[in-house]
Amino acid sequence: MQTIAIIDYGMGNLASIANMIKKTGGKCNIVNNAGLLPMYDKVILPGVGAFDTAINNIKINGLWDALNKFALEDKKPVLGICLGMQLLCNQSEEGVEKGFGWIDADVRKLQLNNSSLRTPHMGWNTLHVQNKAFPLFKNTEAEQRFYFVHSYAVACNKQENIAATTNYGGHFHSVIWNHNIMGFQCHPEKSHKFGMQIFKNFIEL
Amino acid sequence: MLKQRLIPVLLLQDEGLYKTIKFKDAKYLGDPINAVKLFNDKEVDEIIILDINATAGNHPLNIEYIERLTSEAFMPLAYGGGVKTVEQAKKLLRLGVEKIIVNSAIFTHTDNVREMVKVLGASTIVASIDVKKSFLGKYEVFYKNGTLKYKGTLKEALELVNDIGVGEVMVNAIDKDGTMNGYDLGLVKIIEPLINAPIIICGGLGQLEHLKQVTNSAISGFAGGSFFVYHGPLKAVLITYPAYNTLHEILK
Repeated sequence: MQTIAIIDYGMGNLASIANMIKKTGGKCNIVNNAGLLPMYDKVILPGVGAFDTAINNIKINGLWDALNKFALEDKKPVLGICLGMQLLCNQSEEGVEKGFGWIDADVRKLQLNNSSLRTPHMGWNTLHVQNKAFPLFKNTEAEQRFYFVHSYAVACNKQENIAATTNYGGHFHSVIWNHNIMGFQCHPEKSHKFGMQIFKNFIEL
Repeated sequence: MLKQRLIPVLLLQDEGLYKTIKFKDAKYLGDPINAVKLFNDKEVDEIIILDINATAGNHPLNIEYIERLTSEAFMPLAYGGGVKTVEQAKKLLRLGVEKIIVNSAIFTHTDNVREMVKVLGASTIVASIDVKKSFLGKYEVFYKNGTLKYKGTLKEALELVNDIGVGEVMVNAIDKDGTMNGYDLGLVKIIEPLINAPIIICGGLGQLEHLKQVTNSAISGFAGGSFFVYHGPLKAVLITYPAYNTLHEILK
């Protein structure tokens, strides 16, 4: 069976993701050693916290080059979750560091057109699927509900990278995609049956 | 989309699941791990686990036990009880805890809580404020499981959590805890304009009708205890949670 590396750069909900992969029948290890990365078939990039801290931690741990090789040269599947998704983009208004830039998108502070809403966007919300061909949407339910916690959101520069949008005081791009690179703003590892299907699909890629 | 979450609060004491009335008379209900599994099957929005003895008993975090709980939780899990330092909070997040709830530390370790918000992100830190009405009908803030009174006013306590910049604020009405007779609507009205972050209210939930009584838009979460663990007038222990369609009708 293929093995998934959950990248440990000191930030993120690693155990939840590992629990979910085990629950859905996959195999994974938590990896913080860049040298071991080539032995893995897929990567999950988790993340909770601030953009610049994350990028700096990745660099300090020597993971920056290894991840670039994994994603761009080896073209193996990479799934970014929450902040991990934002790291796939060019840059973020939250910081000054550059992101991986694997997906042509920028991260902006959530702009709410409804004064009764507050940030962070915290709670359950639905995905509006923009591209049914996205491989992780296989066998998913008509209404997909996911748990969100974030104050910044992704805006893709190219329509083709948008797999789903979500409405919270305006639409943002909640699921993004560029070939082997995939990102979820929400937390599939915390979204019971809806999330389980996403992980199942990722495991079966 | 449901704008609001319905959240069971599980009270932990020495690895047992308990339910209190007005923060007292803790009654043993059963095994918390089983309860988490059952709530998981019922696809709850979120779950809150509070170790009601952690700060008062001054014992260290039971990391190993919390790990066993989180490994069964495929939904967001917030943990509170005895968290005072960034290191503790980090450890909990690594175990799969989604959010850290602070109560006593807001007042006793304010700088540490500020540091938690800075290092771990605002959306990871929830401030829990326990409120009780005085004999004169004034709302006062308590901490350390309701045993110590905060010197300032409710407004000052909420200004403090606004200033710390937590991602969410949970307000517990101590007088309503375990009564199942509805949320403290007067309190909800007072706190709504005083809190910048999304608000979770707790204390008094006894039936789904009680959710409809709260029309304030800033309430992002309805928490409860007895409602989710007791059934019928004799309060038989039964883990319950409404079906999504039922909730959808009420919270739409």
